[in-house]
Amino acid sequence: MSQTLYDKLWQSHVVRDEGDGTALLYIDRHLVHEVTSPQAFEGLREANRPVWRIATNLAVADHNVPTTNRENGIEDPISRLQVETLDANCAQYGITEFDMMDSRQGIVHVIGPEQGATLPGMTVVCGDSHTSTHGALATLAFGIGTSEVEHVLATQCVLQQKAKNMRINVIGELAAGVTGKDLVLAIIGNIGTAGGTGCAIEFSGSVVRTMSMEQRMSMCNMAIEAGARSGMVGVDDITIDYLKGRPYAPHGDLWDKAVENWRNLVSDEDSIFDKEIEMDASDLEPQVTWGTSPEMVCSISGTVPDPKNAEDAVKSEAWQRALDYMGLEANMLISDIRPDKVFIGSCTNSRIEDLRAAAAVVEGKQVAGSISQALVVPGSGLVMRQAESEGLDKIFLDAGFEWREPGCSMCLAMNADRLEPGERCASTSNRNFEGRQGYGGRTHLVSPAMAAAAAIAGHFTDICGS
Amino acid sequence: MEPLVKIDGLVAPMDRANVDTDAIIPKQYLKSIKKSGFGPTLFDELRYLDSGEPGQDHSLRPLNPDFVLNLPRYQGAQVLLARENFGCGSSREHAPWALRDFGFRVIVAPSFADIFYNNSLKNGLLPIVLDADEVDRLFEEVALTDGYRLTVDVAAQTITTPLNQSFSFNLDVFRKHCLLNGLDEIGTTLEHAEEIKAYEKQRMQDAPWLFQDFN
Repeated sequence: MSQTLYDKLWQSHVVRDEGDGTALLYIDRHLVHEVTSPQAFEGLREANRPVWRIATNLAVADHNVPTTNRENGIEDPISRLQVETLDANCAQYGITEFDMMDSRQGIVHVIGPEQGATLPGMTVVCGDSHTSTHGALATLAFGIGTSEVEHVLATQCVLQQKAKNMRINVIGELAAGVTGKDLVLAIIGNIGTAGGTGCAIEFSGSVVRTMSMEQRMSMCNMAIEAGARSGMVGVDDITIDYLKGRPYAPHGDLWDKAVENWRNLVSDEDSIFDKEIEMDASDLEPQVTWGTSPEMVCSISGTVPDPKNAEDAVKSEAWQRALDYMGLEANMLISDIRPDKVFIGSCTNSRIEDLRAAAAVVEGKQVAGSISQALVVPGSGLVMRQAESEGLDKIFLDAGFEWREPGCSMCLAMNADRLEPGERCASTSNRNFEGRQGYGGRTHLVSPAMAAAAAIAGHFTDICGS
Repeated sequence: MEPLVKIDGLVAPMDRANVDTDAIIPKQYLKSIKKSGFGPTLFDELRYLDSGEPGQDHSLRPLNPDFVLNLPRYQGAQVLLARENFGCGSSREHAPWALRDFGFRVIVAPSFADIFYNNSLKNGLLPIVLDADEVDRLFEEVALTDGYRLTVDVAAQTITTPLNQSFSFNLDVFRKHCLLNGLDEIGTTLEHAEEIKAYEKQRMQDAPWLFQDFN
């Protein structure tokens, strides 16, 4: 019988069928960070349980790490304790950790693929909802809570209910300057933040097939913002070329054997999906969120919607509340919105291609005087060094950006990088929730090139120039 | 985990859709390495008029008098009535920890985000999905009735109003068993250790590249 990619990944990891559509699933890769793991390790210790298979775990501190002068350590004692707790837990259980001073340290969802620690056909979990990112490499990857982190450490398994199959097939061709980030924002705007709840989303179609791995990762990263725990893309040459030679990827004969196996990791032609969406992305413009949920998004040439035009009272009230929080007027032009700060980074958009796209926009120009801070935070130490070897750091610095060290940074403001109340930010991250980037902060989600262009112009502007 | 068999609890209504886990418990409190103590900062940004930091005495902070959980009539609530897609966003289990620590045992909504739903059940917090029109009716009744309570019977999978209207809800067999008995899921899984080992042995043959040791 023909199967979807998700069906194949699911079936090949079932240890035990519990009935009810629930199964005990085997986990091939467990990524660990400092925020969601301390209570899990504490639970192991209390129950005197060992880690089931140590080598499947890879740990890194990313949420709390400073992005400047980290050789001086972490100033905030509570953040410092959390990072030191991860160090101690990894040391106690023998788990590989890229610590804060390791050149490979970075955002957990950047380093997994970068190291080849994420490989096609794997199940990948992490105590972080953006684990869906790894699905870009044809894995079944999803975020888990801390109880499940402990469960994976102790048993190498999680108990899961099988999701429904959903396919989003994108045809046509993206205009120059329009990216996977714009596409996934448009999809969320279309299906809503609960549009994928209970589903695993496969992204397919000519647009996705010609996309780089970086852009596929941006798309799968935000599958969770559409409510789907997992996003994924089938294997093709782009996947395999991306992985070849990476440190944790297989080499020699084992590589050939693996590639032969990976080629099967696509949905069979006549496989059946529970939900299918088809869209033509040829006319898609760069996207900008205007509200406090990723589904509150529109095109750069558009206007802030009017709550009077919402389809029902609940929505109208939500729109009005969002406009009040965001300090925006209904019907104003998106291009009249003026950010105070710009953040280029996060597990959505901090990879080398993202930094190149942003640098291309700012080269030879200056950050507008109205912008009080413009940050570039590379996704990992390796991305940082690659960018520096290409001279991107110099382009950003000359333009008036700050060039920082890798971490989650202002995506969720657990370290010192944050918005002040009322400040407005053009951000390449994934969530525009109230207070996400700092108490009272206002977030507009955009692509890296759009964030860079807003930094230069002082307002949102169409990089496609139409 | 503390078992949940049956409760008769005061209901508090939270009338907004897409309540995300950043709103349930903001990031600064995620720096804790403990599972407890999150109750005072549940819904922190909605509940207080200032911005809070971990370690401070939250009882001294100015309360937002308009926020529903600050209203005298909802003090001691154990059942939260909510709108669609409750618990969306981040996977932080601190969200159900905070709701539990505050005193909630049950949340009733038309829909929940998947990760939040799972996390809640692992912490003795029962998310109940009812039809949107049933939830609408409950919102109306709560607004009209001081001291409105709901009785939730986990074994019977029913929720009963003060007027003896009863709704049934779904709960899968395994999770129900764990909830009723306060079971540790890890212990249950480890009873199948031999099956996990057998799977692992087969996987090593099928995908040997996943068993290289980089340590």
